Amino acid sequence: MSLAVESQGGERFVQMTYLEALVQAQIEELERDDRVIMMGEDIDVYGDGKLMQRFDATRIWNTPISETSFTGVGIGAAIAGLRPIVSLGIASFVYLASDQIINQAAKLRYMTGGQVRVPIVFRCCMYYGSSLAAQHSDRPYPVFMNIPGLKIVSPTSPSDIKGLLKSSVRDDDPVLFVEDTKLWSMKGDVPTNPDHLVPIGKADVRRGGTDVTIVAIAGAMRPALEAVKALALEGVSAELIDPRTLKPLDMETIMASVAKTGRLVLVENAHRTGNVSAEIASDVCERILDQLKKPIVRLCAPDVHVPFSPGLEATLYPSKEDIVVAVRRLV
Amino acid sequence: MTLTLTQLREAYRRMLRIRLFEEEGTRLFKAGRIPGAYHSSIGQEATIVGACMALRDEDGMTGTHRSHGHPIGKGADLNALMAELMGKATGICKGRGGSMHLADNSVGIVGESAIVGGGIPLATGCGLAAKVRRSGQVTLCFFGDGAVNQGTFHESLNMASLWKLPVVYLCENNGYAIRTSLVRSHAQTSIAKRAESYGMPGLEIDGQDVQAVYEATSNSASRARGGEGPTLIEAKTYRFDEHNVGLFVPTAYRTVEEIEHHKVHRDPITLFRHVLLQTGVSEMELVGIETEVARSVAEATRFAENSPLPDPKTLHDYMYSDPIRSAETNLLSTI
Repeated sequence: MSLAVESQGGERFVQMTYLEALVQAQIEELERDDRVIMMGEDIDVYGDGKLMQRFDATRIWNTPISETSFTGVGIGAAIAGLRPIVSLGIASFVYLASDQIINQAAKLRYMTGGQVRVPIVFRCCMYYGSSLAAQHSDRPYPVFMNIPGLKIVSPTSPSDIKGLLKSSVRDDDPVLFVEDTKLWSMKGDVPTNPDHLVPIGKADVRRGGTDVTIVAIAGAMRPALEAVKALALEGVSAELIDPRTLKPLDMETIMASVAKTGRLVLVENAHRTGNVSAEIASDVCERILDQLKKPIVRLCAPDVHVPFSPGLEATLYPSKEDIVVAVRRLV
Repeated sequence: MTLTLTQLREAYRRMLRIRLFEEEGTRLFKAGRIPGAYHSSIGQEATIVGACMALRDEDGMTGTHRSHGHPIGKGADLNALMAELMGKATGICKGRGGSMHLADNSVGIVGESAIVGGGIPLATGCGLAAKVRRSGQVTLCFFGDGAVNQGTFHESLNMASLWKLPVVYLCENNGYAIRTSLVRSHAQTSIAKRAESYGMPGLEIDGQDVQAVYEATSNSASRARGGEGPTLIEAKTYRFDEHNVGLFVPTAYRTVEEIEHHKVHRDPITLFRHVLLQTGVSEMELVGIETEVARSVAEATRFAENSPLPDPKTLHDYMYSDPIRSAETNLLSTI
């Protein structure tokens, strides 16, 4: 971590990676509020900012391999007044915990007529593109888009992951917090303000533009940023939007951009059927079809499992070139 | 620990409140006044009340799809429960839960889970919160014999024992998971014995004897409060009615003789009434309690019948702590 720098507005920033910003956010929230606890497999051993050195054993719970139930234990603890961060590790493990997330966390507030609240964060990290094969390489968030009662966030910058983790911990509803290993090493300026909060449900316009709107989800932001730069050299002005929150989607920001550009490219590393791009595309068609100059383009992983062999997996996710080619066809 | 004379009267009152509430509910269900499915607790009153009487007001509880008895056992008001069964706006869950989910948080209930075994991790989490906050609270976790074959039972009891969480796991073993008997689904038919594999005490008790249930739960709760960890209690009980009222049973899975035997010789209320008379509670006092309870149940029915159904405009209420705009709500507002 480098030294803090001061911006013109007086706010202080430090440069750190996406992963460092996440760890920093957790430490700050654990220090700020003693109701915040962390649970997960091996979290006292691995990463997570050497949490055991800073916090006692009642704050950091190293769990047995029991994803369903330690997730449920977190939910029970949340109802009883704590604010747990449940770390599910590799994102495909979220399927094991899905009964507790869906049938309990997401539903209990409604089913009890508001008698209980479930302030909990379920962290899961998407590993893919690194030859771990289908059971360890997944992007499971589209499954949860269809669950009312959940909020889903997936930040793509160091500043946003810090601000959104903090907002999620302080939120009174269950939040599925989806991280992306493809972004771990990305660096950026992160506010040092311990109350740096990024609101849930608010998209970010990462680059302003007038010719085409590109919406990139999670790790797809990386090739999208490169594509926007390359397109600029060709004289194409692309507006790049990061929804940041996948549920509820900030459709106002996306539609305002599409109304301006008349062209929409959606980029996402999840499988094509029923993913977030499908939801955005259908919403745009339902509400502002007449503003579109060209059909919407969706660049996603095909409906095939993530293969082990690098030779097969490399072709799976949309690349910078795919995005550039798609945009060229539209403008 | 044994119940005092005042507590004995209160235990009888609560058991009777469950019995009469369920009889009234069953009648209303058959008359079409209660929608959905009706799961009656009749026959299991001693297990519920004996366990609940061992708790303090601030202690937590989780329950099951057979959810009506649990809040009543913990001392809940009947009006909002009956209104919930009818899906009324004044229901304890504002008409969002119904028969399988009569959770009354004001008496400490965290949730009544109709996903079998789903409440076991939640109770364990309440125990964890009590330990973190050093609140001294104990959580009572009700589940049925069917739930012990779920993974959540195994995972949760392991964690609770490992971390010495203040939880009392109480199995209402009524012998049948819907139509499947214990011997047809459990390789180890002693549920109490399973406790050994988690390094916690396992007790098997007569669930039709309210005093036995109280004593076992009370001792387990003291143990939990003292930081010694959880206990598994298997209370042997029996459900007098079908799994849910009116359930079609193409082939008999239990004999008429078996049911009659329990109704005649193992009715927890009849058994307890005898005990009370022998203990020195007068017939007059018991009749007084019976009259008062009947009046409360009638009042609950009146309250529920006179309550309105929820306004469809409130459909989205209680979804999120802060109202969020979704495509759905936007569309609704433009229609």
